[in-house]
Amino acid sequence: MARIRLQDLAHSYHPNPSDDRDWALRGVDFVWDDGGAFALLGPSGCGKTTLLNLISGLLRPTKGRIVFDEQDVTMLEPRVRNIAQVFQFPVVYDTMTVYENLAFPLRNRGVQPEVVDRRVRSVASALGLDASLNNRARALTADAKQKISLGRGLVRQDVSAILFDEPLTVIDPHLKWRLRSELKALHQQSPFTMIYVTHDQTEALTFADQVVVMNEGEVIQIGTPAALFDRPNHTFVGHFIGSPGMNLLPVSVDQAGVVRFEGYAIQNSSRGSGENLAAKGLQIGVRPEFVRLQREGIPVNLVRVIDAGHMRILEFRHGEHSIKMVLSESSAIPDRTPYFLGFEPNRAHLYADGWIVA
Amino acid sequence: MTRFKWLVPTLYIIFLMLPIYWLLCMSFKTTNEILGSFTLWPERFTLDNYRRILTDPTWYGGYINSLIYVVLNTIISVLAALPAAYAFSRYRFAGDKHLFFWLLTNRMAPSAVFALPFFQLYSAIGLFDTHIAVAIAHCLFNVPLAVWILEGFMSGVPRELDETAFIDGYSFGRFFIRIFIPTIAAGIGVAAFFCFMFSWVELLLAKTLTSVDAKPIAATMTRTASTSGYELGLLAAAGSLTMIPGAVVIYFVRNYIAKGFALGRV
Amino acid sequence: MKTENPKAWFLVLPVVVLVAFNAVIPLMAVVNYSVQETFGNNEFFFEGVKWFREVMTSQRFRDALSRQIFFTSIILLIEIPLGVIIALAMPHRGWGVSVCLVLMAMPLLIPWNVVGAIWNIFALPDIGLLGHSLNKLGWDYNYTRQPIAAWFTLVAMDVWHWTSLVVLLCYAALTAIPDAYYQAARIDGASRWAVFRRIQLPKMKRVLIIAVLLRFMDSFMIYTEAVVLTGGGPGNATTLLSIDLVKIALGQFDLGPAAAMSLIYFLIILLLSWIFYAVMTRDELE
Repeated sequence: MARIRLQDLAHSYHPNPSDDRDWALRGVDFVWDDGGAFALLGPSGCGKTTLLNLISGLLRPTKGRIVFDEQDVTMLEPRVRNIAQVFQFPVVYDTMTVYENLAFPLRNRGVQPEVVDRRVRSVASALGLDASLNNRARALTADAKQKISLGRGLVRQDVSAILFDEPLTVIDPHLKWRLRSELKALHQQSPFTMIYVTHDQTEALTFADQVVVMNEGEVIQIGTPAALFDRPNHTFVGHFIGSPGMNLLPVSVDQAGVVRFEGYAIQNSSRGSGENLAAKGLQIGVRPEFVRLQREGIPVNLVRVIDAGHMRILEFRHGEHSIKMVLSESSAIPDRTPYFLGFEPNRAHLYADGWIVA
Repeated sequence: MTRFKWLVPTLYIIFLMLPIYWLLCMSFKTTNEILGSFTLWPERFTLDNYRRILTDPTWYGGYINSLIYVVLNTIISVLAALPAAYAFSRYRFAGDKHLFFWLLTNRMAPSAVFALPFFQLYSAIGLFDTHIAVAIAHCLFNVPLAVWILEGFMSGVPRELDETAFIDGYSFGRFFIRIFIPTIAAGIGVAAFFCFMFSWVELLLAKTLTSVDAKPIAATMTRTASTSGYELGLLAAAGSLTMIPGAVVIYFVRNYIAKGFALGRV
Repeated sequence: MKTENPKAWFLVLPVVVLVAFNAVIPLMAVVNYSVQETFGNNEFFFEGVKWFREVMTSQRFRDALSRQIFFTSIILLIEIPLGVIIALAMPHRGWGVSVCLVLMAMPLLIPWNVVGAIWNIFALPDIGLLGHSLNKLGWDYNYTRQPIAAWFTLVAMDVWHWTSLVVLLCYAALTAIPDAYYQAARIDGASRWAVFRRIQLPKMKRVLIIAVLLRFMDSFMIYTEAVVLTGGGPGNATTLLSIDLVKIALGQFDLGPAAAMSLIYFLIILLLSWIFYAVMTRDELE
C-alpha cells in the first residue's frame, strides 16, 4: 500500500509538442492517499487512461515526477513499481488454467511454491473462483475473466495500488452491479489504494470516496461525490455530473452587486464583490433538484415533461433559455399558470468563464 | 537485444532484394559484358534490351497476352464467387459443407496432373491458344480461393443488414449491388488481389494451353533461351518487366495487405 | 444464423460449373487413361490396376517421391520458424510497416518461371552474384553439376520465394493482438520468452496451421520454378514429383502410367493434407 504523489505531471504523445492541444495531460499535481478508493472520471479523450498508464509505468511522462511513498519511481519499469492494472477487456493467458494465471505474477518474481499456493488459493476464494481453479482460463465468462485479471493483481502482497481502466465495459449489465459490489467489499477487507477510471458517473459516484474529475488533460475538481454534486468548481463538472446536468444561465452584475438574470435578481453563493466580476462570461449554475416553483420570480412557460422513471423532469423556457426542474414521480404538477421559478438559497453558484466564483 | 530487432527484417529484405538487384543489373548490361566479366553494376549502362522488348511485337505481345487472361480470370472468378460465397455464408442447403470442401480440394490440385488433360479438353472444344482458355483454366484454383476469401468477409457482415434491406423493400438484386457489395469492398479487393496474383504467376497451364496467339510472356522467354542461345541481357530485361504489374498491385493494396492476409477468418 | 434455402443452389451454380468443368472432366479423362492401355491408333484396352501397380512398384516413382518428401520437409523446417521469427521482429507502427510489407511481398508476385530464371542466373558459378561469391569464398560451387549444390540452390530459392507468405500471415495474426495483453504482461513481470509462449504463440496458432498447410501443399506441387532452375538435374538429382510426372506425360506420351501416377500424386496430397489438418486442429476442439 502506498501513497502516490504526482508532481507537475504532464505528458504529450507528440515528439515536439507545440501548443496546448498536443498535450494529453497538462500539469497534474495531486496526492492519492494510501488506501483510498478513487474514481477518475471524465469524457473520452480527457487523459484519464494516459494518467493511469503513467502511474503504472506503461508510459514515461514527458514532464514531472511520480513518487510512491518516498521513492521516485518516474523512471522505473512497471514490474518494479508493484502496481496492478485491470484493463477494459479481460486479459487472461488462454493456454493456462485459472490457477496458473493467478500464480503467474508470483512465479515471475521467483516466489516459493508454497507461498504461491497459499496466496493463489486465498485470492481465489476471496473472488469466488476456487471452484474453477483447474479449468482452462479460455473457457470462462467475461466477468470471471475480469476477476482473474483482478486476482493477478491481488496475489501480490506488496502491491501498492490497483488501477482499473474502465473494467466493466464488456460485462453484461446485470453482472456489472454484482461485480461492483464485490469490488467494494474487497476494498473494505483489504484496503489497497484503488484508482478506478470510468466515464460513467454512476459507477464513479457509487464506488469512490473521492472523485477526480478530468477534462482535456486537466484535473478540474477533486472531492467527495457529495461535494461534487453540491458545489461544482467548474461548469463542466456541473454539467457532467448529475442527471440531468446543472442549469446554466447567463447573468450580469448590476452596480449594486446584485446578480441578475434578464433583470431578475438571483440569490447565490458568491461572496465576491461586484468589481471583480467584469462583463466576461458570467453564468449562474443551479441543479434541477434545487429549482422550485414560486409565486413570483422568473416567468417561464412549461415546454415539456419527461418521465424518467422515479422522477420527472420539467423543462421550462424563458425566452430562448431553458431551465430544467426535477420532481419526484409522486408529486403532481402544479397547475397554476403562469409559472414562476426560483432557486433554493445558496444552491445557485456564480461562475466566471466556467470557474466558480467563491 | 531488442535494440537490434530492426536488424532481422532488414537482413531479410536485403536477402530478398539481392537476386532482384542482380536481375535488374543484368538487364542494363550487354550480353557481352555479362558473359565477359563479372561486374557488380553495369559498367556500360545500356537500354538496348528494354528497347528491343518494347518495340518487338513478339516480346511485348507476350505481356499483353498475360495481362489479358489474368484480368479476364480475375473478373470471371470474382463474379462467379460473389453469389456462391453469399449462399455459403447465409444459407444452408443440401450438400453445402461437402461442396465447400470439394471446392477447397481443387486448390490442392497439382497443375502437373492437369497439364495434359487440359490440353486435350480445351483443344477438343476448340479453345486452344485463346486467352479465354487460360482464363477459364485458372478458375480451377482461383474460384475456390475467391469463394473462401469472400465467404470469410461476408460472414463478418451481420444478417441484420440483409433483413433490414428486404424489409425496406429492396429486391435481392438491388440489395446485393447497392448495399452488400460496398460493405464487403475490402473483401472483394483482397479476393481480386489473390486471383490476380495466382493467375499472373502460374505458368504451366498457361504455356500448355497456348502456342502463338495467346502466348504468355513466359513462353517467349523460354523460347529465347533455347533458340537464340543465351541472350541473358534480353532475358533479364524481360524478367524485370514482369515484376512491374506485381509491384503496382502491391503498392495499391499495401494498406490492406496485413488485413487481407487475416482473411476475415484467421 | 443460416436459413434453410434450397434455391441457394442457383447462386452456387456458376462456381460449380466453372470448377467442375475444369476438375471433373479432366479427372475423368485421367481416370480413364489410368485403367487402359493403348498402342496408338486410338485403340484402348481395359487393363484395370496394372498401371497403378506398375507405378507404385517402380523405382523411379519411389525415388521421385522420396526426393519430394525430403524437399517438403526441409522447406517446412526452414520457412515456418524463419517466418515466425521475422514476423515477430517487424514493426507495428510507423513508416517502416509499409516499406516492410511491400518489399517482402515482392517475391510472391513474380511469375514462377521468372523466379526460376532469376535464381538460375543468380547462382551461376561464373557470372552470378551468388555463385561467383561462393566460389570466391573458397567453396567449390556449381549447381549445374553438383547434386548437393543443386539442392542447396533449390531450397534457397524456395525459401526466398515463399517465406514472405508465412511472414505476412503471422504478422497479420500478431497485429491483431491488442496492446492490453502486452501491457498486462509487463505488469505481471513476464519475461520475453513467456510473452512469446503465453501470448503470441497461442494467438498465432490458427494462422500457423494455414501457413503449414499451404506451404506443404504448394511445395509438394512445385514445378515451374524448379524446372527453370535445374531442369530436374544434374541428372535426376532434383527431379521432384511434378517434374517427373510432366516428363512422363508430355514427353513420352505414356498415357497410362502418367495417368496412374497423376491420380496417386493427387491422392497423396489429399491424404497428407487431411492428416495434417486433423492433427493440428485436434486440440482446438478439446
